[in-house]
Amino acid sequence: MKARQKRFVFIAVGVAAVGLAVALVLNALDENVSLYFTPTQVFNDEAPHGRSFRIGGLVEEGSVKREADGLTVNFAITDTHKRIPVVYKGILPDLFKEGKGVVAQGSVGPDGVMKADEVLAKHDENYMPPEAADALMKAGVANAAAASAVGAASAPAAASAVK
Amino acid sequence: MIPEIGNFALIVGLFLAITLGVLPIVGAARNNAVLMGVARPLAAGQFVFLGVALLCLTYAFVANDFSVLYVAQHSNTQLPTIYRISAVWGGHEGSLLLWAFLLSVWTLAVALYSKHLPEEMVARVLGVMGLIAVGFLLFMLLTSNPFDRLLPAAADGRDLNPLLQDPGLVIHPPMLYMGYVGFSVAFAFAIAALLGGRLDATWARWSRPWTTVAWVFMTLGIALGSWWAYYELGWGGWWFWDPVENASFMPWLIGTALMHSLAVTEKRNAFKSWTVLLAITAFSLSLLGTFLVRSGVLTSVHSFASDPKRGIFILTFLVIVIGVSLLLFAWRAPKIGLGGKFDPLSRESLLLSNNVLLSVAAASVFIGTLYPLFMDALGQGKLSVGPPYFEAVFVPLMIPMILMMGLGPLARWKKVDAPELAKRVRWAFGAALVIALLLPLTMGEWNVMVSLGLLLAFWIITSVSLSLYERLAGRDDFMQRLHGQSLSYYGMQLAHLGVAVFIIGVTMVKGYETERDVRMDVGDVLNTGGYEFRFNGVTEEQGPNYVAGRGHVTISKDGKVVTELYPEKRQYNVSGMPMTEAAIDAGVLGDLYVSLGEPIPDSNGAWAVRVYIKPFVDWIWAGCLLMSLGGVLAISDRRYRIHNKRKAAAPLEEKTA
Repeated sequence: MKARQKRFVFIAVGVAAVGLAVALVLNALDENVSLYFTPTQVFNDEAPHGRSFRIGGLVEEGSVKREADGLTVNFAITDTHKRIPVVYKGILPDLFKEGKGVVAQGSVGPDGVMKADEVLAKHDENYMPPEAADALMKAGVANAAAASAVGAASAPAAASAVK
Repeated sequence: MIPEIGNFALIVGLFLAITLGVLPIVGAARNNAVLMGVARPLAAGQFVFLGVALLCLTYAFVANDFSVLYVAQHSNTQLPTIYRISAVWGGHEGSLLLWAFLLSVWTLAVALYSKHLPEEMVARVLGVMGLIAVGFLLFMLLTSNPFDRLLPAAADGRDLNPLLQDPGLVIHPPMLYMGYVGFSVAFAFAIAALLGGRLDATWARWSRPWTTVAWVFMTLGIALGSWWAYYELGWGGWWFWDPVENASFMPWLIGTALMHSLAVTEKRNAFKSWTVLLAITAFSLSLLGTFLVRSGVLTSVHSFASDPKRGIFILTFLVIVIGVSLLLFAWRAPKIGLGGKFDPLSRESLLLSNNVLLSVAAASVFIGTLYPLFMDALGQGKLSVGPPYFEAVFVPLMIPMILMMGLGPLARWKKVDAPELAKRVRWAFGAALVIALLLPLTMGEWNVMVSLGLLLAFWIITSVSLSLYERLAGRDDFMQRLHGQSLSYYGMQLAHLGVAVFIIGVTMVKGYETERDVRMDVGDVLNTGGYEFRFNGVTEEQGPNYVAGRGHVTISKDGKVVTELYPEKRQYNVSGMPMTEAAIDAGVLGDLYVSLGEPIPDSNGAWAVRVYIKPFVDWIWAGCLLMSLGGVLAISDRRYRIHNKRKAAAPLEEKTA
């Protein structure tokens, strides 16, 4: 093969490979991105139907109820403004606690209850998932609990969001 | 007093680093031997002072000096001594100090093992490393000084995050950091070569062993982190595609590409610009990893309290490093030349394709990791990219790469005769195919994905065997042939076998694991995967700094007791944080994994329990270990040792301090 032909082969193969990779990435992103919503947004029916998404907020005090099988848990996620009931079957993370930040992923049925496939609480007691913090801010709450949980560093951000 | 000494040592270290970053580079440009000569003593000095700083911080931890803010935040009098030492890098400030110290270790190592290199090359390499140290030391002193005082002193500390109180975490960060920081050497060599305009096979031979060492550390560091997540997080997963895991995986992928590209540059004098670009990218991704983990923009177990000032500093540093190196690259690279020619089908082209695939894989991880950040920054709302994305992109990219990985070592340089190569490998491929189709049947259930995974793994094994057979079989003395191959050849084959072992582990776990979350009353028996799990209840136990509910599970098979497991649910006294401690019976063919969920209220001692059976899961980490051993073999090769001998014999050696 001549040098020019060789170069053509390299370029053609390269372009094809990159094109394929881009197609793969776009396709996979399209299918696997889950959007995040606050309880208020879900209440206002802004969340998609029949598709999995995430809710962030606090586990409402006194809302955690276990069913007799010991594994199915009912609780509510709140941004202190609106609450969305959640049902989850499985073992909850260590740091799942009433009054603490939580993120749940799943889809909401016609009864308005989220069936969660995944419940996340973070690895540090004082740490709040940013989605949960964000939900509280959007709900216009800057109460002491949220402020201390979000931490001093993002307090200015919280204040500006509330304005 | 000790913390002040540490602080002072840091400042001295900064000044030494500034001097190291300026004088030798100026000296190399002006061909001034005196200025170039200061590089080695400065590297040694920097090592000593940063070592003193690290020792001072360690002393503050061991002596429970809670007048140091960082110590008060990350330790406690109840904390066992070994974790007080590892708590030194349990937070942001201390891990930066560790980063800077390890950089000084690498700098010193280059200063010591570079006597066969031309003086100006050494001066430039050490100078570039000095400049990197300046960035990190400034960052520490300006935004995150580990020696900041807390006055009045705290009566007791806030304790180390219980997740980090674990033997695996004592060594995971230093290993991973050795890898991250080690890529700075390859980076420094690349920049030095661009500065000096000397980019050739000799340059590749110099930077190759350093890159391999860094890669070995990084492989071990990532494997340790994965292993830790498996037994400590209590979820039984070994890789979560967590942003921080990705942050270490991206430089690993590019570092792997770099190792292979350097091989081509050394042997065939080709791919030079590409190699330099990979060296710059690998280190930039290491810095990005540090940025992602430490700035708090990502949420994971690794991110500490966020501070916008820190984020902006690292971002600026990142922009300077990447910007300056790419500018230098754009300016100098056209002069490098293209090097040896090769055909579209040759060992070069196979290695190039592997490089492209690794880079594309790194790019896809990059997109998945940063996409949520970009969308958030653009005000498009918050979203998350789940593990299915990474699996959907990663697996298809790795299939052709693994297929080529088998061919590469068998293919000739410059030009491959395709029919001849096909004829050589047909039996190897056929054997792999048969094994892949039949083996899943022995596990009871045939599954396409398992067969595909096993095909890839056994293709590597049979092609490695073929290569060994072609080289070692013959009428003459076998031992002589065995010794006739270079260590780097054996190293490569061992590392490739490691990949095969890794793939077997991943495939078998994915295909045949069983995960059961169940409610178990005292005396309940769960039958799953051919095993009987009997739950004997939970008793209370007192630990050094925690109280634990200790479960007792008896596992039997065919009526015979296999093992007794004791999973724990701990409550740490100081932080009040609960922690799951899984109990694992590890074996070559698989692990039995039990962890406690939570007690079930209004019951007679019943608990929610996770019962997992993970076939071949330990092969995942064994594979990583083999890859690392392969790397170690490769750098023990004779051609690097010859240099050392020459170095020892060379007269008029400059002594280092």
